[in-house]
Parts: sequence; structure tokens; C-alpha cells
Amino acid sequence: MSLMKRDECFRVLARNITDEIVVATYSSAFEWLAIADRPLNHFSHGAMGLASSHGLGLALGLPQRRVIVLDGDGSLLMNLGSLATIAAVAPKNLIHFVCQNSSYEANGGHPLPNPELDFMGIARAAGIRNCNSFSEISGFEADIGSLLRSQGPVFAVLKIHEGHIENYDYRDLYKPERREALRKALAAGR
Amino acid sequence: MRVDAPAKQAEQVLQGSSVVSAIKAAGVEYVLSVPDIVTSRGVLFPISEDPAFRLIRVCKEDECVGIASGLSYGHKRALILIQYTGMLYAMNAIRAVGVELKQPICMMVGLLGKEPDRAPRESGRYGVRIVEPLLDAMGIAHCLIESDADVGSIKPAIDECYAKSLPVAILIGRSPS
Repeated sequence: MSLMKRDECFRVLARNITDEIVVATYSSAFEWLAIADRPLNHFSHGAMGLASSHGLGLALGLPQRRVIVLDGDGSLLMNLGSLATIAAVAPKNLIHFVCQNSSYEANGGHPLPNPELDFMGIARAAGIRNCNSFSEISGFEADIGSLLRSQGPVFAVLKIHEGHIENYDYRDLYKPERREALRKALAAGR
Repeated sequence: MRVDAPAKQAEQVLQGSSVVSAIKAAGVEYVLSVPDIVTSRGVLFPISEDPAFRLIRVCKEDECVGIASGLSYGHKRALILIQYTGMLYAMNAIRAVGVELKQPICMMVGLLGKEPDRAPRESGRYGVRIVEPLLDAMGIAHCLIESDADVGSIKPAIDECYAKSLPVAILIGRSPS
């Protein structure tokens, strides 16, 4: 099976967004930040797995905004119940991407307990109707526009290789200035 | 640290309607909950039928922490209605998002099994006994609601949570009627 590079996917995504809030976690957060350091980013902190829940809260609190979650497969495994919650609440403005590399990449690259999980099937079984999976960058690039315009909740698996992040600088990633910038941007209506 | 509580009266009755009214008076719009048998009948069921609230039923308590944090960016107040066992489960999320990131995480926590004649710290149940010391160790403000005389502490606790953007725990020591 062919796989994509996460940074390639994120560059495609960055070209297609405007004023969406992007919630990203762990390795996805570092690669997204390198590509799109913007006030409307929210980096999910500390408790691994909560990106989807942060995203749900933002989507409910800011219904006029679209909220994009960049999750990891190891992270989502820690919060699978959130898929059922999201399906029940059904926020129209939430798009949940899961980068699947079957690895706890930020914690040394150890494999997931089951590297072959069907996350799209899990999301569909949880009740999310709009589920997608991409393993070719050309297909992702072709569909990203319509995906971002679709009524949520949208769930999409991005099948990727492990990345090559050299420096996990969590102090910089989680600095309070980033959250303050997000609040200011929201207050300013940007 | 404790949120100041009004003096207790001799009559130890806690009405669920008083608790729900106090939550409403504090401007809470969202209630995020895993059902807790202490607050099930007197608080959660009335909330589930009250159009003033948006109830989100979650699968695990740490989901509530992320959702409440996200809602705060839209200036929406949320109350996390859970049992102390669930709070213990979610401690890492509370530590990270509430304490370290200074997000407003407002919890109403049922103390399942707390004896009516004992303070939580003197409970015969280990799980109940450690709740207040753990909150103290994390620097999380808390108050104990055991009778209608204590209900006056609920709105100030919720207001404090959002004014200071910090976690607060409102402990429910008996089942509201």
C-alpha cells in the first residue's frame, strides 16, 4: 500500500484553508506549525488523546467557524469514545483528520498495539456518516476542497509514513502566547 | 484551598432544584456528563429535561476537560457533572489543561459512598478520603455541598472558575432530592 508524507498533506491543507481553527497534537502539531504558524492554531496539550475533544468544544463554542482537528492514530486510540460523542453531537463545522502511521512517533516510534486498525470503519461504526480515507496525495489534493466544504462532522484518515521531526520543543509549542493569540484573533473576528 | 462556604444549618437537606437553579444562575449553558448515581436523580435528570441547558453525554470524563476548554474560546460556560471516580480517572487532563494551561474547568463531583455524618477527609472509603487532599495538592479550589445551606457556594465557585480561568471542584456530599 502506498503512503503519503504528512508534511505534504499539511501543505495541501494549508493551501486550502482561510479562517479555520486548526487543532493539532504531538507530531502533527510540530509539522503543522512548521508549515502554518498562524494565530488560529490551537495545540492540544498534555493529556494525549484530547485533540478531538478540544475540537468538539471549539466547534460548539464557535459555530460560525470551521474547526479542523489534526489528530494522531495513537492519540485517537486513547480517546476512541470521543468519536461516539462527536457523532451524537454532530457539529456541522468539525473536520477530524487522523494521521495514521501505526506508531507512537512522538514517544520513540514504538508500534501501536494493533498497527492494522481500520479507523475509518471505527468512526463509521461510532456513527459518523462522512468518513474518508486517503493514501495517495493526488487523491487527497483532488478531494480536499469538497471535504472542507462538506457538512460535518467529517472524518478522514491520512495514511502516512513516520515523519522526521528533529526537535520536539514542547515549551515553544505550548507557550501561553499562542493561546492568547488565538483568543485575540477570535475576538478580532479574523 | 477552599471556596468560602456559608455556615451550615442544622437541617441537612439538599434539594436538586436548588442545585440546578444555582447552576443556571451562574450562566452555565453546557453540561458535560458521565452519569453519577449521587447526582443522577436530583441534578442530571432535571438538567436533561431543561431547555436552558445543552447536555452533552460523553464516554469518559477526560473528554469533558477538552470540550470545556474549547467552549471557553466561544465564551460558553460549561459544568462537568461527574462522579469522583471519574475525576480521578481524568486527573491528568485536569492537571494539563486546567492547572498548567489555566483553562476554566468547572467540575461538580458526586462523592459516591461518603457517609452523611463524616467529612470527606474522614470517610471510611479510601477513594472519598483522598479527594480533597488531591485537589489541595494540585492547587484546585473546592467546596463541599451537603445541604441547601451550602448551595449559595455554587454560583461563586463557577464565577471564580471563569473569572480566574482555573479549575474548580464543587463536591456533592449527599444525593440531592
